[in-house]
Amino acid sequence: MIIHHPILGPRDAQEFVYLGDASLIDRPDGMTAGVEAFHDYLYQRTNPAGEHQELWYHEQGDRSWLVVTRNTVTHEITKVELARDVARARGRTK
Amino acid sequence: MTQSHRIAGGQIDRTKTLRFSFDGLPYQGHPGDTLASALLANGVRLMGRSFKYHRPRGPISAGSEEPNALVELRTGARQEPNTRATVAELFDGLEAKSQNRWPSLRFDAMGINDRLSTFFAAGFYYKTFMWPKSFWEKLYEPIIRRAAGLGSVTREEDPDAYDKGFLHCDLLVIGAGPAGLMAALTAGRAGKRVILADEDFRMGGRLNAETFTVGHATGADWAAATVAELATLPNVRLMTRTTVIGAFDHGIYGAVERVSDHLPTPAKGKPRQILWRIYTHRAILAGGATERPIAFENNDRPGIMLSGALRAYANRWGVKVGERVAVFTNNDDGLRTAKDLQAKGVDVVAVIDSRQAGELLPGIRHLQGAEVIDTTGRLGLKSITVRQANGRSEIIAVDALGLSGGWNPNVNIHSHHRSRPVYDAGITAFVPGRDGPPGLLVAGAAAGQMSTHAALKTGLDAAVAALELSIGPDLPEAEDAPIRITPLWHVAHGKGRAWIDQQNDVTDKDVKLAKQENFTSVEHLKRYTTLGMATDQGKTGNVIGLAIMAELTGRSIPETGTTIYRPPYTPVALGVLAGRSRGKEFRPYRLTPSHHWAREQGAVFVEVGNWLRTQWIPKPGETEWRQSVDREVLATRRSVGICDVTTLGKIDIQGTDAGAFLDRIYANTFSTLPVGKCRYGLMLREDGIVFDDGTTARMGEHEYVMTTTTANAVTVFRHLEFCRQCLWPEMDVQLISTTEAWAQFSVAGPNARKLLEKVVDQDISDAAFPYMAAGNITVCGGLRARLFRISFSGELAYEIAVPTRYGDALLREMLARGAEYDPIVYGTEALGVMRVEKGHVAGGELNGQSTALNMGLGRMVSKKKDSIGMVLSQREGLTDENGYRLVGVKPVDPNAKLTAGSHFLEKGAAPVAANDGGWLTSKVYSPHLGHDIALGYLKAGDKKIGQRMRIVNLLAGLDTEVEIISPHMFDPEGERLRG
Amino acid sequence: MASLQPLTAFGKREPVSVTHGPLTITERTDIALASVAVRKGRAADLAKAAEKAGAPLPGPSLHQQGSPCSAFWTTPEMWFVEAPFASHELIADLLKSALGDAASITEQTDAWVAFDLAAPDLAPLLERLCNVDYPSKPEGYATRTVMEHLGVYLIKHGPGAARIYGPRSSAESLLHAIETAAHSVW
Repeated sequence: MIIHHPILGPRDAQEFVYLGDASLIDRPDGMTAGVEAFHDYLYQRTNPAGEHQELWYHEQGDRSWLVVTRNTVTHEITKVELARDVARARGRTK
Repeated sequence: MTQSHRIAGGQIDRTKTLRFSFDGLPYQGHPGDTLASALLANGVRLMGRSFKYHRPRGPISAGSEEPNALVELRTGARQEPNTRATVAELFDGLEAKSQNRWPSLRFDAMGINDRLSTFFAAGFYYKTFMWPKSFWEKLYEPIIRRAAGLGSVTREEDPDAYDKGFLHCDLLVIGAGPAGLMAALTAGRAGKRVILADEDFRMGGRLNAETFTVGHATGADWAAATVAELATLPNVRLMTRTTVIGAFDHGIYGAVERVSDHLPTPAKGKPRQILWRIYTHRAILAGGATERPIAFENNDRPGIMLSGALRAYANRWGVKVGERVAVFTNNDDGLRTAKDLQAKGVDVVAVIDSRQAGELLPGIRHLQGAEVIDTTGRLGLKSITVRQANGRSEIIAVDALGLSGGWNPNVNIHSHHRSRPVYDAGITAFVPGRDGPPGLLVAGAAAGQMSTHAALKTGLDAAVAALELSIGPDLPEAEDAPIRITPLWHVAHGKGRAWIDQQNDVTDKDVKLAKQENFTSVEHLKRYTTLGMATDQGKTGNVIGLAIMAELTGRSIPETGTTIYRPPYTPVALGVLAGRSRGKEFRPYRLTPSHHWAREQGAVFVEVGNWLRTQWIPKPGETEWRQSVDREVLATRRSVGICDVTTLGKIDIQGTDAGAFLDRIYANTFSTLPVGKCRYGLMLREDGIVFDDGTTARMGEHEYVMTTTTANAVTVFRHLEFCRQCLWPEMDVQLISTTEAWAQFSVAGPNARKLLEKVVDQDISDAAFPYMAAGNITVCGGLRARLFRISFSGELAYEIAVPTRYGDALLREMLARGAEYDPIVYGTEALGVMRVEKGHVAGGELNGQSTALNMGLGRMVSKKKDSIGMVLSQREGLTDENGYRLVGVKPVDPNAKLTAGSHFLEKGAAPVAANDGGWLTSKVYSPHLGHDIALGYLKAGDKKIGQRMRIVNLLAGLDTEVEIISPHMFDPEGERLRG
Repeated sequence: MASLQPLTAFGKREPVSVTHGPLTITERTDIALASVAVRKGRAADLAKAAEKAGAPLPGPSLHQQGSPCSAFWTTPEMWFVEAPFASHELIADLLKSALGDAASITEQTDAWVAFDLAAPDLAPLLERLCNVDYPSKPEGYATRTVMEHLGVYLIKHGPGAARIYGPRSSAESLLHAIETAAHSVW
């Protein structure tokens, strides 16, 4: 597969490490959320046959974490964003 | 008899003669020959035995679709089985052997299987070898294993090298026939970066096998001229002997280039083959078409082949396959063979044309409405039986028969993303369907465009469309004849067998049996009968098989459908997939800064990840590893020892939020650590399990140096980047690995400080540099260095680091200047002994299943702050009061030997899982205590200190009584390390 | 400075130099290297200080020559700065005093082994080693890539001139990979 890195352009997926669902960005606050919330955060996945937002790490590249929107059926990639930007947009910047 | 069947013409170099052997007999051929064309030129039709019934077989094709003529090439370590003689390029000295026969090709004892064919029908495995059950493993399987398969593999290591490589282009053209050449020419002249790949050693495709003209030249000459022009274009890369094996996601294609297979051995340093990964925006599949036979009784005799192959052998290789030739066809292409052969002076005794009407061939006996219904000739075709239009049968003596059942477009690569081919009744074949690989266009015969004109035109059009060009080159004139086909798949006649898939010995009867047993879907048909499996992937037989199934079930062919294809297009040697990653070059290795010194000392090295670390360094007279390790441990604890610990991961963490960041990474607190101090840190995964541990030092207000375990250096760094970018992007934190930048040595033992004082320029007395101090220093008169007062061994110990290039010199300097303390250098074994003696956790305990609580470090997890894993480490199941706890273990009998992985059992308890109390994680021999000691996880272990249990290992035959003790087995008060 | 004798990544006193066919591989031990990363919100401060200090901070995928320092982009908001080892052995300290607290600076000199490759055309060699479309890249292109499992930085100084930074501990493996590919090609 080819991932169109927002900064570096097209790069082979071989350079990346896959982590999983991009909902891992939405980590609860450990001082306020309990075990249930963390359980859901860590283990509950939708696993769609279709469009999926997932985290890829450009380990053999620029070390950016990316949020890749990929169709799990066709492997078509429709969007690639820097995870940092996604995290900020989701309000992780205080 | 030398080349008895060679006739005039062809693209072979008759000025040179190549000698080769087949089954030990010598033959001659010419450059440009394949093994098959050269054998046929010598009158050899019989080249192999079939898979199941051991039927004598010859080639049916002149290309990579060949199911029959599979041979073993070469001898010794380079012996390669199942090589298609039809594509094996002849070279001087080639040695080939037939396969799947004993004692000889002409007389094969296993030919008895043919007489016993009723036992070997489709599905016979599932039925015949079921009972009694116990016979399977001892009797049936060994016999089947011996009988199954075709060639035999060498037991020697492959002496050849294989490369991998990466290519990039605007347009990849797959296949260099008329469509591919025209596409490449169009794109090449437009200045685009083009790769033109063809599996053959000569570009041109069918143009080399035909007699018609393109423009004002013969097809072969036009192809040669076009290739010559393309070769002058710097933006075009021509790759012969290169098979595109698969279409992968997003415009990535795999291709295997056979660099040296046409040579006796690869030139020195050169690879045998190269696996290319080709990256392209657009690709054109111009892979041509494969002719299919017509099935009838005994249609598999040597001498019966595809009509287009007969023509190719005559036109391209100057070979007549037989003296008396007949053609059996259902379309005009078969007539072309008859005409070409006759023009070459070959005796064409009859054309059996299943069609009722049409133009009659002049000067040839052309039987319309006729069918071939049977043949004779066990080792080679002798005669055919023809049923004429009026129903009369006639036996005609022939030694070669060409079959033309129509041509199947080579849609394979277009199917690699699961696109289903669709049936085109006009050519009675499957053509590429919708939703093929994005960016892949199909041209020429592969797209069902069967005339030369259509191939050239669609090749040009595809290139124009793919690259959005405004105009292409002028199209040369070429034939544009219709094929005029009337479907005929299978001649129904008597009780004999008609072969459909010759490689797997699948007959019409097997298809009938599959239908009878309700395996009517094409996918079931394939699995039940093995139709379309193995090296040829059913290139010649598949469509006939499913057409027969369609007939039997009363469905149309489109309703019946077709199976689809997966990579690779043709068989691929495993070696080329491995590339250079073999043996010692399987992966790169990493050397420590002390490696060259250690090698001088005769050190024994151990692989730790990619690192080669010193395991121990034997001294003269030491014959057993334990002697060296015991000595290293005792010398360290007695005076001082040095160990290279460079392999531990080091990560530089800077920024105004570095301390707060570490508080969230580690279970314990780091923001309160004073500058110039270090602290042991415990890192959890989010699920509450321990991830890694190590010592992290605060080198400045906003600057920390983290150490990780050797094994987790990469994954910890990845995790830190995840936390930094995805979880807390607001933090001011910067990360960089410095593992390799510093050579770091542990200096441990009662004389550690005294030794270091010989090299360190600053005061490092206990007052100036107390336990857990860290700082920048200089050594040997001004070289920048770092010093950390930390201990893994339980001794007074430091870790000292200098820039890597000075590591070797620092080690030598410490040994020389500190000679009076008799320092030794110890390896990973002694390191392991000392850490177990101290009860420090390492790999066996950090096993990805254990919590801080399990390790006796539960109190390190701070609940006053949020950190990764803090919440889930408190979940039910991980906080069981009677869960596993780290304990020390010593045998009651000091001579008893313990084994890591052994299990705890109460005295008298049966060794069954229900009674399992836990297991030993690490075991060493302690030279101080004089017996084995171990660490282990024991249920409620903290409450069992002082008790006696058993250690049981049924595999090792171990069952011995032990005492459960504190894991801190050496200097439990820690007096030595603060000394 | 100190009395300690440095060794190369190959455990030798002198850098290695290998020639095969048109290719020359030269180990470079005379380059000092440091990473420079922007502290949060300090990009403008860093740019100003870097310009004054003669250290370029090029955009993504680029290397830029400068005096006394050259630099290439490695990751978002981070660069590797190169300088002559003889004058800049203490490159981290020198950069810290020049760039102040606008950047996080870390010495990287000995984390890497550097090779200069020279041949009339390096493309046939590099296509056997890494997934970089070398001919299509401009001079001054800098990227991280993989050669025989090793993560390296590749900098294009011309069609026939490139520098590779690879992990120092694997210097032998990396050189072996380059030499093997060279023998394959030439």
